[in-house]
Amino acid sequence: MQKMSKKYFAFFTLPTIIAFLIAFLIPFILGIYLSFTEFRTVTNSHWVGVINYVRAFTEDKNFINALVFTVKFAVVSVVLINVGAFILALLLTSNVKGTNFFRTVFFMPNLIGGIVLGYIWQLIINGILINFGVDLTFSATYGFWGLVVLMNWQQAGYMMIIFIAAIQAIPTEMIEAAKIDGANAWQTIKSITIPMVMPAITICTFLTVTNSFKLFDQNLALTAGAPARESAMLALDIYTTFYGRVGSEGIGQAKAVVFSLFVALIVLLQLRLTRTKEVES
Amino acid sequence: MTTKQNLQHIAKFILLVILAALVLAPILIVLMNSFKGRFFISDTPFAFPNGQTFSGVKNFISGVEKTGFIKAFGYSLFITVFSVAAIVLFTSMTAWAITRVKSKISSAIYFTFVFSMIIPFQMVMFTMSKMANILHLDNPVGIIVLYLGFGAGLSVFIFSGFIKTIPREIEEAAMIDGCNPIQIFFMIVFPILQPIVVTVTILNAMWIWNDYLLPYLVIGNNYKTIPIAVQYLQGGYGSRDMGAMMAMLVLAVIPIIIFYFTSQKSIIKGVTAGAVKG
Repeated sequence: MQKMSKKYFAFFTLPTIIAFLIAFLIPFILGIYLSFTEFRTVTNSHWVGVINYVRAFTEDKNFINALVFTVKFAVVSVVLINVGAFILALLLTSNVKGTNFFRTVFFMPNLIGGIVLGYIWQLIINGILINFGVDLTFSATYGFWGLVVLMNWQQAGYMMIIFIAAIQAIPTEMIEAAKIDGANAWQTIKSITIPMVMPAITICTFLTVTNSFKLFDQNLALTAGAPARESAMLALDIYTTFYGRVGSEGIGQAKAVVFSLFVALIVLLQLRLTRTKEVES
Repeated sequence: MTTKQNLQHIAKFILLVILAALVLAPILIVLMNSFKGRFFISDTPFAFPNGQTFSGVKNFISGVEKTGFIKAFGYSLFITVFSVAAIVLFTSMTAWAITRVKSKISSAIYFTFVFSMIIPFQMVMFTMSKMANILHLDNPVGIIVLYLGFGAGLSVFIFSGFIKTIPREIEEAAMIDGCNPIQIFFMIVFPILQPIVVTVTILNAMWIWNDYLLPYLVIGNNYKTIPIAVQYLQGGYGSRDMGAMMAMLVLAVIPIIIFYFTSQKSIIKGVTAGAVKG
């Protein structure tokens, strides 16, 4: 197929490429340019240099707050989701009755969209908090833990499925050999299961890290940033900056550029980190 | 099996039952509340409906009227089905061409697509919705182009990974027999791609059906999809109709659950394959 003519190559690739240019590449490049300008519309903008970037950090504390909130949230939820999912996967690969049923139930929340999930959990969490005379809007701490619970509920089942596939791929002889050598359950998990499922851990950490950093719908529905903008994560803070007040679009776009760089950096760093662990084991 | 092992199994089983109940509880609580009067929900969400609080299907009627749920369901279905079809067709074609034709252009295209997967939507949300306005893509048909463009990264990536594992010999034999690339792709390659088409379909369907921000910014004023309809009920804090909200949450979840139970095996398989390839 190396000799495919240009005409055919264009036929196969152009529809996707044109859509990609419209939906991503041109908006992306335009977005970088606009972050250095002051603008109301795309066609009416003038160059202001790095002022938007300075204002993003200095005008108010929202962006820094959102950054800290997001990083904290990502750390807590990545650890909890993966540990929870791994334990579920261990339980469901130990010949317990009804494995298929449990797997089906645990995976289901993952299919429900973020907005709907946010309102489902808003009802539950507010229903509990009302007994203490408060609700989600009283403190960002409630929003934080609310989001952690929600994300665990949504994503543990998904990660569990990936871990189950990895655990089932471990040769049974290895486990049996360990048993004959007198290893107890914990030793088997530590020295055989975990090293053998390292690729799955890479995938799951990657997915949970990116999901946590890019989280928007759940955040908007559960707290919408309340109180004030204290429980807003980066994506929601950028959205509020763009559409909350006329005239700050440039700042919003500058924040979005910083956000993109940040996410790209985390993803690269994380992939490198877990990949080296895989090789070692 | 020893008694100790037996006890362990029973303990594990009970633990799993409790966890499954916890997972299902939020959905069941929302279902229960959808039958209560709007003023009896926020304060006592865990109480069963009784003679005083039971409101029948009133919430469903007012919710459907307020949000235009039936239309929203139609828009969501239309946009999801046709966007996914476009993504499957066009990104598999692209992935095949850039995998089989080794050139600098091919690898440049591939890496730009992969790069786009990392970038968060907020980076392009403003400029993309303006582009959509200028090009008159701000309607349920035009948005398909945006989904194809924004979804291309992941789908090209998944298809390319699979195509690399298919031996070229069959395609080369067909070429010698005089087939042109279009015939080769649709008669030989595309049928081989079936298992990965399922993966790409499910991943994109889950994303587009549940997507809120893109359709809200591009077509939200004139066409509400289901997530937009749900968010629309929110209004200002405190002023919303909790009854209608509960009913809409139930109606939003039902199609997903039906879809899940009819094709559960392929969903789980597809998602696993997608994650492992990704």
